[in-house]
Amino acid sequence: MTPHPVDRRTFLRLTGGAAAAAAMISAGVSLVSLPAEAGLWGLELKALTEHEGMTLLKAARTIFPHRTLADVYYAGVVKALDEDAQKSPDTARLLKDGVAALDKAVGVKWIDLSAGYRLATLQAQPKLLDAVKDKTVTALYNDPLVWRHFAYEGPSFEYGGYLHRGFNDLNWLPEPPEEASPKVG
Amino acid sequence: MATFDRNDDSVVVVIGSGAGGGTLANELCQKGVKVVLLEAGARQSTGTFVNDEWKAFVQTAWLDKRTTSGTWRVAKDFPGLPAWICKTVGGSTVHWAGASLRFQEHEFRARTEYGNIPGAGLLDWPLTLKELEPYYAKAEDNMGVTRTHGIPGLPGNNNFKVMYHGAKRLGYKDVHTGRMAINSRPRDGRPACQQIGFCFQGCKLGAKWSTLYVEIPRAEATGNLDLRPECQALTIQHDAGGKVTGVLYADKAGAQHVQRARAVCVACNSIESSRLLLNSASSRFPGGLANSSGLVGKYYMRHMTGSVYAIFDKPVNMYRGTTMAGIVTDESANSPARGFVGGYEMETLSLGLPFMAAFLNPGAYGEPFTEALDDYTHMAGMWLVGEDMPQERNRVTLHATEKDQYGLPVPDVHFDDHPNDAAMRSHAYRQGSAVYQAAGALKAYEVPPYPSTHNLGTNRMSARPADGVCNKWGQTHDIPNLFISDGSQFTTGGAENPTLTIVTLAIRQAEHIPEEMSKRNI
Repeated sequence: MTPHPVDRRTFLRLTGGAAAAAAMISAGVSLVSLPAEAGLWGLELKALTEHEGMTLLKAARTIFPHRTLADVYYAGVVKALDEDAQKSPDTARLLKDGVAALDKAVGVKWIDLSAGYRLATLQAQPKLLDAVKDKTVTALYNDPLVWRHFAYEGPSFEYGGYLHRGFNDLNWLPEPPEEASPKVG
Repeated sequence: MATFDRNDDSVVVVIGSGAGGGTLANELCQKGVKVVLLEAGARQSTGTFVNDEWKAFVQTAWLDKRTTSGTWRVAKDFPGLPAWICKTVGGSTVHWAGASLRFQEHEFRARTEYGNIPGAGLLDWPLTLKELEPYYAKAEDNMGVTRTHGIPGLPGNNNFKVMYHGAKRLGYKDVHTGRMAINSRPRDGRPACQQIGFCFQGCKLGAKWSTLYVEIPRAEATGNLDLRPECQALTIQHDAGGKVTGVLYADKAGAQHVQRARAVCVACNSIESSRLLLNSASSRFPGGLANSSGLVGKYYMRHMTGSVYAIFDKPVNMYRGTTMAGIVTDESANSPARGFVGGYEMETLSLGLPFMAAFLNPGAYGEPFTEALDDYTHMAGMWLVGEDMPQERNRVTLHATEKDQYGLPVPDVHFDDHPNDAAMRSHAYRQGSAVYQAAGALKAYEVPPYPSTHNLGTNRMSARPADGVCNKWGQTHDIPNLFISDGSQFTTGGAENPTLTIVTLAIRQAEHIPEEMSKRNI
């Protein structure tokens, strides 16, 4: 299954790549240790190199550090970024230059940096951070594999809705009275 | 379905096929009036709707270029998306949640009831609840609103159970599954709700009322409707006498045509309705059509909104079932002792994981953000919607340089909260959080307003021509055969979701227009 990212230009136009909003919340540092470069699970990149792809994968993970989500789930973001880079030379340049800048920041390959340094150096590249962040919001959280991980069941029409699949199965609170919540008709 | 000649000047042209325009077109057709219904968007159906938030957004949302200004957070996070409304046959009745609440009596006389609020341009409506009651009753019947006309309420889902329990523990009295234009039983040829969720993405069953599959097919069956999808109105034309004569529009291929008309009814949702009047400026009307007051585009309202999502130690799975599954109405009265005038409603709401990620705290990242999403299945949510203060500076204007695909200036939407709006939102956040704490929440999040779904007031109704754009029938003060038929005619916003009142006003207007025609006033 592949994610269904919104057309990048559409979403960026709508969101304006809001850099300022990032400042509104302090980004936490993930304590989860990231495994060393483990390949991209057969993901074939066309515009980006494998190193760029892996760096962007770790960048997506650094921005949205879900402790229980394995790296492979972030691969869809890299695929979407690679597709954008194929379509837009500007995007390709932003991503490639961004990765190069990350690697140069401390003089060690960025993916080998500590979690704290990774975040700080990424925050020093706000255009790259926003590009990866915006793409991750629309690609990562729209991936049915990721939904399964979060136990979000998604579409229901083809299964007859949630009427007989738990729409009112919450049993840790008393049932509301019928005048407030009538029985199923 | 009929096809009328573009030179047929006996037709009424209705622009926009949503709650106002779709209802008005059908009511006129039923009375034998020939209607050309121009709709900028394409025609979808229950069969083409998708249970996928982003796909449905691209399929139905209004994504033409728009700009934003002002201090509202939407201008920063979504500068090109001031409103979350639709460009499709059926308009935003495809996307709406279904809440169908009548305005309260005092809300029609906000200026009298609330007094002089500094910075607010409050005005009493030129009509009363009593005048509207028979039309409200007809609208509720047409739409099949639960808890009216003997229609049972919908069963509450998990999200409702959490809100109900917390609200009752907190002492709220009026808590139930709402008055919803969603079938709780098969009715009017449409099936009962199967608790699919995805109400915002177009109801694939047609259990939720929409003009797309209720009013429009009925209007087509009369032989009096010529629906033209993917035909976007560009300007409204007038004659030397100052009456409107037709509408210039672009068809799907981009070719431009003029449809002549006996009367024109504008129902494009508040941003486009006021933009259309402003873009129709001429040497005779240099400030735009129907704008002798200078108020076209002004007093833009979007309701005080916000959401509270809370995390529990046990699962909720709020996304299962109707998106808006219940309501607390106790805060909807005007009780200024709370520190603000007007009231607000608390209504359950859920977003799927994709939209929760986009709207929980736009632009945010890091562990505070991912931890909230990690608890997605343990989350309950409510939307807070209340009356915002009409302010003259909150307005739709034509952008000085940005043009749309037809070369016309795009709309800029300016909005700043009034202090009353902020005080109400703060109160609503506190009460919403308290509801969930009373139900055992571990944590509650104050979620900022989404792009506007309730766009109101840019062509407001007034008794005096100097105070607004149209009269109590939605007929513009300046041009007798030009009508405002959507939420832009609202004088003030009330606390309630506006669709029922838009439909009600359209049903009433559909009585007035034929009367004016038979009297030869138009």
